[in-house]
Amino acid sequence: MNVHGMAAIYRFEMARAGRTLWQSLVTPVITTALYFVVFGAAIGRHMADMDGVSFGSFIVPGLTLLSVFMQSIFNASFGIYFPKFVSTIYELLSAPISSLETVIAYVGAAVSKSIILALVTLATATLFVHVRVEHPLLMVLFLVLITTGFCLMGFVIGIWAGNFEQLQIIPMLIITPLTFLGGAFYSVSALAEPFRTITLFNPVVYLISGFRWTFYGVADVPVWASLAVMIAIIAVCLAVTGWMFRTGYRLKQ
Amino acid sequence: MSAILSIRGLRKSYATGVEALKSVDLDINRGEIFALLGPNGAGKTTMINIACGIVTPTEGEVLVDGRNWQTDYRHARTRIGLVPQELSTDAFESVWNTVSFSRGLFGKPRDAGKIETLLKRLSLWDKRKSEMRFLSGGMKRRVMIAKALSHEPDILFLDEPTAGVDVELRRDMWDIVRDLRRDGTTIILTTHYIEEAEEMADRVGVISKGQLIAIDEKKALMAKMGRKTLKITLSDPVEAVPAGLEEWNLVLEDDGHQLCYAFDSNAERTGIASLMRRLSELHIGYKDLSTRQSSLEDIFVQLVHAPEKAA
Repeated sequence: MNVHGMAAIYRFEMARAGRTLWQSLVTPVITTALYFVVFGAAIGRHMADMDGVSFGSFIVPGLTLLSVFMQSIFNASFGIYFPKFVSTIYELLSAPISSLETVIAYVGAAVSKSIILALVTLATATLFVHVRVEHPLLMVLFLVLITTGFCLMGFVIGIWAGNFEQLQIIPMLIITPLTFLGGAFYSVSALAEPFRTITLFNPVVYLISGFRWTFYGVADVPVWASLAVMIAIIAVCLAVTGWMFRTGYRLKQ
Repeated sequence: MSAILSIRGLRKSYATGVEALKSVDLDINRGEIFALLGPNGAGKTTMINIACGIVTPTEGEVLVDGRNWQTDYRHARTRIGLVPQELSTDAFESVWNTVSFSRGLFGKPRDAGKIETLLKRLSLWDKRKSEMRFLSGGMKRRVMIAKALSHEPDILFLDEPTAGVDVELRRDMWDIVRDLRRDGTTIILTTHYIEEAEEMADRVGVISKGQLIAIDEKKALMAKMGRKTLKITLSDPVEAVPAGLEEWNLVLEDDGHQLCYAFDSNAERTGIASLMRRLSELHIGYKDLSTRQSSLEDIFVQLVHAPEKAA
């Protein structure tokens, strides 16, 4: 196993995040904090409780995940896309490092950044709304699984993307709408049929529901279903990544 | 001499239908400087990229010290360093960080002492804290070499190492390459500066349209394929090659002031003595004689373009 190679990639990626701290941490935290201020502290007090939880507190897990989804994809996709863009990818392809080690290093760094972002965002939320975590260990476990899934997805997008515009398409046009329609601001049980049933086809619903359950013990779907969706996302993205490396898709000629 | 790198039946067809390599076989000897010459698009970079694992071949294999470069890729890649043709660098990284990154990526533990030695050897020590984007092209080229050497490989591929660098830096690069060879590194360089191969290489391979069309010791190749030209500077210019000199196929140059006779210096009879006698018989006076050995460039042009002319 090329431990030094993995460590070099991990350090490189973390150093890049350090150089772009405003973009990778401060900006998303401020943006999410504004949501807490507007929807939590300002509007939230006039809203009815959701599943017995005040509206301001209810939206914290979903909004945190919205930010985590986006940054996980951006961090991981940029990490592998940029060497392709500036042609330094030759070094990675010619190094004695396996595809699995490469994925672990790049995705590991992106997951670390996303978890730091999530924890800072949650800490910021406590400044504006009341936040309690009923299952802290499971909250961390779910956070690790969710960020791993989305960082893997970002990695796949980074390999697939042929230009910067394509890097943005999936997070902006697919993930953001799915998150807004996935119960970030409301409980699925509040929806009328057939929208309630249709919503259940949105995988993000399961992620937000499961993550919210670790906070307040309330969920729109069974917790095991949330866990299954998290693992399924990881499995699918790992399979696609493995195929990309095996065939050299958009990596090798 | 044992081969440190063997290429067997290497073929590469791109999706566009271009056949970049047509079943190439090549052995690189341990500790030599091997120059791969060829015009643009001949397949030099494709061959290097396949050997380094960057391009997937359509057919064939590469052996590094007898071990397959795909099934035993960790062994092969640890032994190989690559300086690509393009100056591809992380613009925002410092010289020190980017070289350290390469060392780690290739499986070596962090070693500040080794990086320091390497940077000093390549005259990069003063620039170690500079970001890559602030370096000149020549300095970037040195950093690329430092990155390739950071994991102490014993095979170094240099793909057009002096493309676009000034004469002084080119001489510096040649010194660096010679130093590396002295330390036991096997060097494979591609170039279309024939002068570079003539100056440094032990052996030369000429590739054209995906095929190796010549491969030999540089001196042997020059002796085998090289010709000498005798230049006779006449006392009085002539308008045409004088009658009676047809059998030597002379060429008139310099506005009739010079007769040129191309001959094979390895032949038993070069024809020079008989030519001089005939000139004397014809009372053609001359004031100077000189010979010129054909260069590697002449041989290269002959090899690459002769088939085109024949067609």
